[in-house]
Amino acid sequence: MPDHAHAPFLIRGARPLGGDPVDLLLRNGTIVEVAPDIDAPEEAQTLDADGLIALPGLVDLHTHLREPGREDAETVLTGSRSAAMGGYTAVHAMANTDPVADTAGVVEQVWRLGRKAGYCDVRPVGAVTVGLAGEQLAEIGAMADSAAAVRVFSDDGVCVSDALLMRRALEYVKTFDGVIAQHAQEPRLTEGAQMNEGCVSDRLGLPGWPAVAEEAIIARDCLLAQHVDSRLHVCHVSTKGSVDIIRWAKERGCAVTAEVTPHHLLLTEDLVESYDPIYKVNPPLRTEEDVRALREGLADGTIDIVATDHAPHPVEAKETEWSTAAMGMVGLETALAVVQHTMVDTGLLTWSQVAERMSTVPARIGDVDGHGGTLVEGEPANVVLYDPADPTDVDGPAMVTKSSNTPFRGMTLPGRVRATFLRGTPTVLEGRIK
Amino acid sequence: MMKHLLSVGDLSRGEALLILDTAAELAQVGDRSVKKFPTLRGRTVVNLFYEDSTRTRTSFELAAKRLSADVINFSAKGSSVSKGESLKDTALTLQAMGADGVVIRHSASGAAHRLANWVDGSVLNAGDGTHEHPTQALLDAFTMRDRLGTLEGLRVAIVGDILHSRVARSNVLLLTTLGAHVTLVAPPTLLPVSVDTWSCEVSYDLDEVLPTSDVVMMLRVQAERMRDSFFPSVREYSRNYGLDGERLARMPENALVMHPGPMVRGMEVSAEVADSPRCTVTEQVANGVSLRMAVLYLLLGGS
Repeated sequence: MPDHAHAPFLIRGARPLGGDPVDLLLRNGTIVEVAPDIDAPEEAQTLDADGLIALPGLVDLHTHLREPGREDAETVLTGSRSAAMGGYTAVHAMANTDPVADTAGVVEQVWRLGRKAGYCDVRPVGAVTVGLAGEQLAEIGAMADSAAAVRVFSDDGVCVSDALLMRRALEYVKTFDGVIAQHAQEPRLTEGAQMNEGCVSDRLGLPGWPAVAEEAIIARDCLLAQHVDSRLHVCHVSTKGSVDIIRWAKERGCAVTAEVTPHHLLLTEDLVESYDPIYKVNPPLRTEEDVRALREGLADGTIDIVATDHAPHPVEAKETEWSTAAMGMVGLETALAVVQHTMVDTGLLTWSQVAERMSTVPARIGDVDGHGGTLVEGEPANVVLYDPADPTDVDGPAMVTKSSNTPFRGMTLPGRVRATFLRGTPTVLEGRIK
Repeated sequence: MMKHLLSVGDLSRGEALLILDTAAELAQVGDRSVKKFPTLRGRTVVNLFYEDSTRTRTSFELAAKRLSADVINFSAKGSSVSKGESLKDTALTLQAMGADGVVIRHSASGAAHRLANWVDGSVLNAGDGTHEHPTQALLDAFTMRDRLGTLEGLRVAIVGDILHSRVARSNVLLLTTLGAHVTLVAPPTLLPVSVDTWSCEVSYDLDEVLPTSDVVMMLRVQAERMRDSFFPSVREYSRNYGLDGERLARMPENALVMHPGPMVRGMEVSAEVADSPRCTVTEQVANGVSLRMAVLYLLLGGS
């Protein structure tokens, strides 16, 4: 657990949101001063941040922490340490645990484990339906009223495919301005699906996951959300068609937000040619054309945020034949570097826009207090310092997460997180977890 | 020669022809009274079969034995595999036993590729899921060349459940490499969505294709596909895509009817066609042994 009783921190020469270098003084959990050449208080620890980008602590709307149930893959503690390493100060823990987070008891357990770990704010996501079975609504109100104060509900991993149930869920969360985060996957069109349906799946003889299975659900849900005047969030958008549909829905006034994962911004289905399940994920890696559309959608705001869909799995779940392997990739520790590589270094986003898409807007969607600021005086001191010029080789086993299933292994990413502060407490310093 | 045989797509034209020529030489041994070669004496070939396939396993076993290799049959049933041992652990076990070659049949596409990462010996793909079945395509090509003299310019129709067929995938790749022209014939539901990007023609109409085909290869169609709405009924499928005596009569005089087996008489072929002298099914089986001897010899015989 990080040391919460500590001296003030004086950060020297960081570039807030990529702007001009300035000093930041963090004291008692708050950013108390932002100015050039601050006089160092006597007791303060000084941190030379020359050349580093300062961003508000990142907020992940889509994290699998696996606890309770799959502590062999990840725990709330190891997952929130991994989050801190990636520059995150808040994560949303998905509901597909065992038992499922479909009661106030389970969400409060996860929330408490997060508080105890102390590396970031763990916001549990509640299940939409009992046991993710898609048959009856979970006790959404009880989870919202619990100590965990759940605001995001999702059956992620499974689609709420029943249109009537989806409508009811969207209506029900209006009582507390909650949001339904949909895993858009038409189940009948994806029975046994193993990878994106197209040239590669046809050649490899792997059952396909067609783009239309995602797009059809997104179109339906956008229409439903607008009809009942509620908030819809679309998880891990992966196709060009989905971007087009969301753009259209926003134009006609639908309150829809959407996320894209770092892996869908960078990787394509061609990697599956190796039959190495490290590249197996749901929704699957798509085509070059989809990747381009996702980047453009994130740049123009059609896609609101980046979310990791961090999905740890033990080694044996991936060291197997493709069709029996688990779906998912770890992503917390590489997210910011992948976004730099795909969006900043390509000129599609500024650092200030990165802050919006990885902190401000996800905090707003998840209704997370005290996160997603703009690094001004008086804000809670949730800060990440990132070195955009420190090329780093990705090495799964060396990561802080308990699992090592990173699809970026062997790649060199352009930067790395140097320090993360949670309400003024360093959770990462000098690139190392505290 | 390459180390593994995972996909026929990896074979150059020269390599494919070398396999066929070697098989042709070895086939002559089958006609001698003493059928054995000492070539692979002291070497171990493991037949690792996760799917029941007496036909293919026996063919590989016979091929390895005719080359004097020690053969171990490792079937998924009754072994530690059925107790939940992973493919990787099984691979490491075989590795520790000193397997020089592993012949694998598996229901998962790509299983042979995965296995090749974990063993030092040669891996022969004997059918992986709906991906490929390289030795089947090679023995089919061997049979066509043997009967018709050449593959160059040959017009081959492959008819049936292309979508789920590893035989079709391997045949399209290999026949194209060897200069034949392939036309796939099936209802759209049984064709891959991206089939227009494949190096072959596509038709929904068997009767249109038959008169210009030198070879018609019929694929097995499983009746259970009907339940998943790939076609409305066995009878309708059979009416449109089944090969009966009447259709056989509309094919060129020397044209062959091939089938990778096991045939479903009355579904994709009528009994009359199955028993016709133009049907090469048993020849394909005989050629399979020679062809697999050639592959084992070329992959394992070198060192």
